[in-house]
Amino acid sequence: MRKITKLILALLLVAVLGTTAFAQSAPPAAGANLTIGLVMVGPYNDHGWSQANYDGAQYVVAKVPGTKLVYIDKANSADRPGTTVSQLGESLVAQGAKLVIFSSDDMSDEAVKFAQAHKDVFVIMTSGDQTWKDGKAYKDLPNMICIMGRMEYMKMVAGVAAAMTTQTGKIGFLGPLINDETRRLASSAYLGAKYAWVNYLKKDPAKLSFKVTWIGFWFNIPGVTSDPTQVADDFFNSGYDVVISGIDTTEAVTEAAKYAAQGKKVFAIPYDYAKAIDEGKGVSLGVPYFNWGPAYVTTVKAAMAGTWKSHWEWNAPDWKNINNPDTGAVGFNKGTLTKDASASVDKFIAELAKGLNLWKGPLALQDGSAYLKAGEAATDKQVWYLPQLLQGMEGQSVSK
Amino acid sequence: MSDSRALKPLFQGAAVVLALGLTTLVLLATKAPPLAAYVNIARGAVGTVSVALDVLVAWVPLLLVTSGLLVTFTVGLWNIGIEGQITFGAIFATWALRSFQGGAASGAIDPALAIALSVLAGMAGGALWAMLVGALKTFGGVNEIFGGLGLNYVATALNLWLIFGPWKRPGVASMSGTVPFDKALWLPTINEQSRFAPIAVVLALVAIAVVFALIQGTYFGLRLKAVGKNPKAAYLLGIPTWQYTMASFAICGILAGLAGAVQVTSVYHRLIPSISSGYGYMGLMVSMLVNFSAAVAAPVALFFAALNVGSIQLPITLKLDSSLAGVLQGTLVLFVILAEGARMRFMKKGGRKA
Repeated sequence: MRKITKLILALLLVAVLGTTAFAQSAPPAAGANLTIGLVMVGPYNDHGWSQANYDGAQYVVAKVPGTKLVYIDKANSADRPGTTVSQLGESLVAQGAKLVIFSSDDMSDEAVKFAQAHKDVFVIMTSGDQTWKDGKAYKDLPNMICIMGRMEYMKMVAGVAAAMTTQTGKIGFLGPLINDETRRLASSAYLGAKYAWVNYLKKDPAKLSFKVTWIGFWFNIPGVTSDPTQVADDFFNSGYDVVISGIDTTEAVTEAAKYAAQGKKVFAIPYDYAKAIDEGKGVSLGVPYFNWGPAYVTTVKAAMAGTWKSHWEWNAPDWKNINNPDTGAVGFNKGTLTKDASASVDKFIAELAKGLNLWKGPLALQDGSAYLKAGEAATDKQVWYLPQLLQGMEGQSVSK
Repeated sequence: MSDSRALKPLFQGAAVVLALGLTTLVLLATKAPPLAAYVNIARGAVGTVSVALDVLVAWVPLLLVTSGLLVTFTVGLWNIGIEGQITFGAIFATWALRSFQGGAASGAIDPALAIALSVLAGMAGGALWAMLVGALKTFGGVNEIFGGLGLNYVATALNLWLIFGPWKRPGVASMSGTVPFDKALWLPTINEQSRFAPIAVVLALVAIAVVFALIQGTYFGLRLKAVGKNPKAAYLLGIPTWQYTMASFAICGILAGLAGAVQVTSVYHRLIPSISSGYGYMGLMVSMLVNFSAAVAAPVALFFAALNVGSIQLPITLKLDSSLAGVLQGTLVLFVILAEGARMRFMKKGGRKA
């Protein structure tokens, strides 16, 4: 009798230890076949953020044998009332997904909930920082990897293209919601614009106007957010002749095309998706875009091979060729630019490749408080968690 | 009369067949395979334990608002303001949870008590907003449909303002919603993997049972019905009409507020812009479909919830839009009402012949 009790106790102990050990490590190797689930915040064909992610996942399927894609788009409570993002993730697991990509900042909390509840499923949190050991939101999630591209560079390029084009010296930034990511990206565009304004055009920085207007979400939700079409129109009607988009969808370009057709000389720079410049032929100066494919391939392969290790990555462009679809994480696709502007954009990219750093002091925050001392280069943490917009920019830094 | 009763299921059956037929036509018109679509919805609703529990998660708020609406319908009121009442319940529950969060973390207040008080706050919030519609009607002469609709917009605007303003996440201004509450303040679920909170189901079942008993078995319910059938006659017979109107709004508001509180404490764990999730309008459809009777509200609401949850599969497996569930629900209500009208006409004609 005693022996049996001991045996049962021992078995229980092994089981408990086993589960805890399992809980604290990544899921086992997925093997030769892996179904990938992709959860997108907007429509898969939004010509912006979601489509870039969709193309990235399709790239994986094309490059990694044995992979299959299932996806659900419009994963937001306005489009799918009553649902939660983790519930939608589960619906992909039900279709066989062993790795789920939550591809929006909006899903941060739900992705963590999902990862904690489904320790046997690999999770990619796109644009997140929860697995960044030095980050502010760090959580021990062995089955999660966070991936982001260093879009800051390409937003700077966008800023250069805008500054080289504007005739009024007024650049508008169509911002989504306000958070760390959007503050640093809007600020990057400003840094690029200011650099070109001062160094290429030899103009007075005080004469450059850079205004950010936020709509409240990544894309238009009628009745909830400000209407991005309206915001773009307001820019064009008040002397801003270049609008840089920071939202998931293409309203800035569509509106620029409309105004251009009426004879106004206005331009726009879409975002996220390499082919977004086709939305407004003749008015798109270019597009800073994400190339998720390569990073997703590496991560998916790790899940299949059993070499998955939770980490955070903030991937750089491939400076040898920023538009190489098989390497860099971010790129810039040039659109309608004057010869001069085009040459300046190329020159700027070459300077960046050689190590030019615009996130370097002296830089002050919007309210005048010190951000970087003269000569001080910002750390990753300082850039990622930028607390305000930079001095010289108009627009809200943090909602009051 | 006995003929009419016997014919009723026939007409209702025909209505269901017609609704299915029309939805099938919609599917065929979009070149989608109808059978596969229905199979997928069914699988998505009952295929696994997890999705079946999700159906129950959706059933709770739907059944709660339907229960409330049956009370206002009994008094002959179209409480379109139900959406705003859910939202207000969610706002009040969030407000309470926010106030208790610090105390619950430091141990000054028992988390279970904090949750209970927050749910009660939600019920109070819903009641308040509903009684405002009632007051506008009784004292201001504003039809409850217009008053309710207007107050829905006000509730939404207030909700957005709170999320984007005073209750925003630190350093963030986004329509994503407020900071999620500590796990200790979530309505307890059966396990960590699940969104299913058994206590919420119990609350919903109690709600429909109470409403059923109230309307069918009490003097209060009888008077509510009297007011609904003929307010003037009821008044002349000594029933304080406006008090009963207000009471029905209050009861409906309490249940709508409870639905909002449940959404906050057990589904989203935070306040989001579309917290009412359209359950109010869906509750109106369920009420119409069950011909304003509490007896069959629970299974019909369950069916609607199943359609909603099951249809999530459609975009994944068939690249079809989930709104197909809404098409089926809408046509179902439409045809059932049409069939009832047709039956009445048919009976009249039959009566004349006889």
